[in-house]
Amino acid sequence: MVPFSGWNMPVQYTGIIEEHIHTRSKAGLFDICHMGEFFLKGPSAAKELDRLVTCRIDNLPAGRCRYGFLLNDSGGIIDDLIVFRISPEEFMIVVNAGTVAKDRAWIEEHISPGAVFTDSSGDIAKLDVQGPLSGEIMASLLNGQIIGDLKKYYFVRVNIQGVEILLSRTGYTGERGYELFFPATEAVRVWDILSAFDDVKPVGLGARDTLRMEMGYSLYGNDIDEAHTPFEANLARFVFMEKDFVGKEALLKQQREGIDRVLAGFICEGRRSARSHFAVSVEGRNVGEVTSGAFSPCLKRGMGLCYIEKEFVTEGREITLSPREPVQRPDRRTGIKASVKSIPVYKPRENERSQNGTPGT
Amino acid sequence: MVPQELKYTKEHEWVRIEGGEAVFGITDHAQSELGDVTFVEFPDTGSEIKQFGSLATVESVKAASDIYAPLSGRILKVNEALRDKPEIINQSPYEEGWICRISVADAMEERNLMDASAYETYLKESG
Repeated sequence: MVPFSGWNMPVQYTGIIEEHIHTRSKAGLFDICHMGEFFLKGPSAAKELDRLVTCRIDNLPAGRCRYGFLLNDSGGIIDDLIVFRISPEEFMIVVNAGTVAKDRAWIEEHISPGAVFTDSSGDIAKLDVQGPLSGEIMASLLNGQIIGDLKKYYFVRVNIQGVEILLSRTGYTGERGYELFFPATEAVRVWDILSAFDDVKPVGLGARDTLRMEMGYSLYGNDIDEAHTPFEANLARFVFMEKDFVGKEALLKQQREGIDRVLAGFICEGRRSARSHFAVSVEGRNVGEVTSGAFSPCLKRGMGLCYIEKEFVTEGREITLSPREPVQRPDRRTGIKASVKSIPVYKPRENERSQNGTPGT
Repeated sequence: MVPQELKYTKEHEWVRIEGGEAVFGITDHAQSELGDVTFVEFPDTGSEIKQFGSLATVESVKAASDIYAPLSGRILKVNEALRDKPEIINQSPYEEGWICRISVADAMEERNLMDASAYETYLKESG
């Protein structure tokens, strides 16, 4: 167990690689209770939210959800999140665990009294079932209730053995998958129901990280933060520029002036893997920094994400990744050979990657 | 239970002393703390090493850890099988998963190592 955003969470249950491969081949069960859930209600809720998040809310139908960002006035990312439209006047906002307090403060500061804001993070449990067999597993749990046609970024209310669950077709792995939101008091029961399936194995934070990294999904606090805009993070597709929202002025300015460094995927030449904060260099010149790095269990090579000067973002561009701390051993080969690779660096069998996943922490 | 015939370091390396030579690797405790081993960076064969000096790196999915020489000497051989299958370290840390064979420079250095029962106590104390 490791401390993580104020929660104690397992890095692994049986082993990161085994859990990773199991999720890609069968189904993984993720305890994501740490993430935050907010509700915004009222006749003006949609308008208020549209002004606060980068994705389009006005045309989001009830029963669907959308990925976007909260930005500060400089266009920096306060958080990445998913907005669920529960009814025309009610929204659920799912945010990262480590950012619950600052998100709440920011939203409360920016909404008018017409919209009612509630932080239900402590009352709602969240479990994810992800993997190619997740559809069959959910179908068998839901008997008559139809989820066969639940498309990506849609959600429904279901009842599983007496527990009312908001079930969404979302995830952070790139596989077909579902996220279940329900009262925290039922967490252990739902966990037991799901883990009773032979094909379901629990998956810890370690494999959650390598799964999202193979997909090139950003992790808040690593790849995206208040020092970077969605444009720099190569996530402009989740920003709807035809509306007004907090941070838009800064983004327009950035559009005019251009950006220096952008987030890009990379793969290493071999098994040796770069880690967060490794320097990126080209012909001896520092041109960027690794923000996520690990061993890819599917590719059996190092992989990750880095901010890199824009001119080097071309497929196959050779880069060198080196640790920043002074190297003690003179014989140690410090630089890892790698190349820029468009994301996802690994393509799952089923293409689930039409949009981004949920926020990660 | 750790193998009785081996000597151990505080950094969780084991060493098997065989006359003027020694073979070493990382202990079962070390491999279990690291998790799935994904890469081993070996020292060059023929290079001189100093007792408790860093000489190799073992990477797992999430992190990289330095490996320290249990004795001073010269690298005779590294375990080539680990290049393609570093997970052998997880499966068989004391046998198939050995990392280096060295020639021992100073047999007296063995006194700086723990025997099996001292290492077991050390494991218990470091919790």
